[in-house]
Amino acid sequence: MPVVSVYIPTPFRKLTGNRQQIEAEGADVAEVLANVDKQYPGFRQLVFGSGSEVPAHINIYVNKQEISSLDGVATKLSEGDEVAVIPAMAGGSGDAPAARKRIGALTAEQVNRYSRHIIMPQVGPSGQRKIMESSVLIIGAGGLGSPIAVYLALAGIGKIGIVDFDTVDISNLQRQILHQNADIGKLKAVSAKETINAYNPDVEVVTHNVPITSDNSMEIIGQYDYIINGADNFAARYLVNDTCHFLKKPLIDGSILLFDGQVTVYLPGEGCYRCLYPSPPPPGMVPSCAEAGVLGALCGTVGTIQATEVLKLILGVGESLRGRLLLYDALAMEIRQVRIRKDPHCVLCGEDPSVTELIDYEAFCGGAFGHTNEEEQKAADAARAARAATQA
Amino acid sequence: MAVEVKVTSVLQKVTGAKVVQGHGSTISELLADLDGKYPGFKQQIMQDDHLHRFVNIYLNDEDIRYLDQLNTRLKDGDSISILPALAGGS
Repeated sequence: MPVVSVYIPTPFRKLTGNRQQIEAEGADVAEVLANVDKQYPGFRQLVFGSGSEVPAHINIYVNKQEISSLDGVATKLSEGDEVAVIPAMAGGSGDAPAARKRIGALTAEQVNRYSRHIIMPQVGPSGQRKIMESSVLIIGAGGLGSPIAVYLALAGIGKIGIVDFDTVDISNLQRQILHQNADIGKLKAVSAKETINAYNPDVEVVTHNVPITSDNSMEIIGQYDYIINGADNFAARYLVNDTCHFLKKPLIDGSILLFDGQVTVYLPGEGCYRCLYPSPPPPGMVPSCAEAGVLGALCGTVGTIQATEVLKLILGVGESLRGRLLLYDALAMEIRQVRIRKDPHCVLCGEDPSVTELIDYEAFCGGAFGHTNEEEQKAADAARAARAATQA
Repeated sequence: MAVEVKVTSVLQKVTGAKVVQGHGSTISELLADLDGKYPGFKQQIMQDDHLHRFVNIYLNDEDIRYLDQLNTRLKDGDSISILPALAGGS
């Protein structure tokens, strides 16, 4: 049986007595992982959790090639191959490690402040440091952005970016808990920064007091590890989606209206907002919160789910909402989920993409609600149906 | 076939309720049935003979785009969800 070397990343090294490289036997990846678990009991549990499949936050490489592009855990191995087990979010390709915050030992005050996190086995001091080393961009300091920002601030996220060009209006105060009476007339991003730092002075807050556009989105989004969408219009949603796709950033998406909320997570390479909704509604067809209204507390529910999802991704724990759209119906007080898939015919992330750079999103979502677009989609539908028929 | 259809608050304007009952052996027939009961229903989600691209229909938890689209067959007791994209965040 071939003997291969297995690279153990830092978070898992406490199991291997700090060894970075170990040897294990096995004809394929699954056998090697089983043999590592025999040598270092608990390894499997640490990597896979309670499930049997490789979880979303773990990538396994054979000779630097990710196994999902090979044969999965059935990928055959030869003598001397190198297998690496890498938690996806710990310094992946999109990051600039040099620019990241490095947190050493926690101070006594920090241990106290974050003690309810630290005592949880899923977090611990190392998890809390991961939170403190992470950067998160929040699109919109409004209904969703408010609870997201507050909970991420309390959690001790290292750097929070706020994109909002608007000023605080009294009609915002029915739901936007970042802002208070005294903030009326202030830039929302500035008011957000003050609130965040009043909660937790350790958090670095970067304000982006500009509308996010095709001209600045790559530069703004590129500065953060995780992107959370709380935008209030379709143009910004497609722009943020496309930018996250090009920059390979995880996107935690949420939207609300009236009593309904939708939340999901798009991880790089696993599908996007366009797979779910290939084109936007014509203007006026789906009202905004300003036009139709929104229950204030709904923002808290949906935004808090988004904050929870980003913290799980940072910690590398649990099952994220990837591949699932969570539907919250506050009137029925019901939460359901439906499956969402990466669409092989997606114009952005599919096999033959036609959107290869940022476009004019106002035009895409505005009056030019597209006939060409509809035609393209009909063709995609036909191709999808043909594919479904051959698979059936 | 009698199935349960769940709609969001936006479509509730037309149906009056968030959960309604409909009949049909396929999604197409179901939508025609609902349009008969709730005039204007189809206009909210369809253009000509196809679904708007910002509206998804789920049979149980699966998107009908990955089944047989509007020809997807229904059986008694199925649950249908009709979900438009929402853009609200503020």
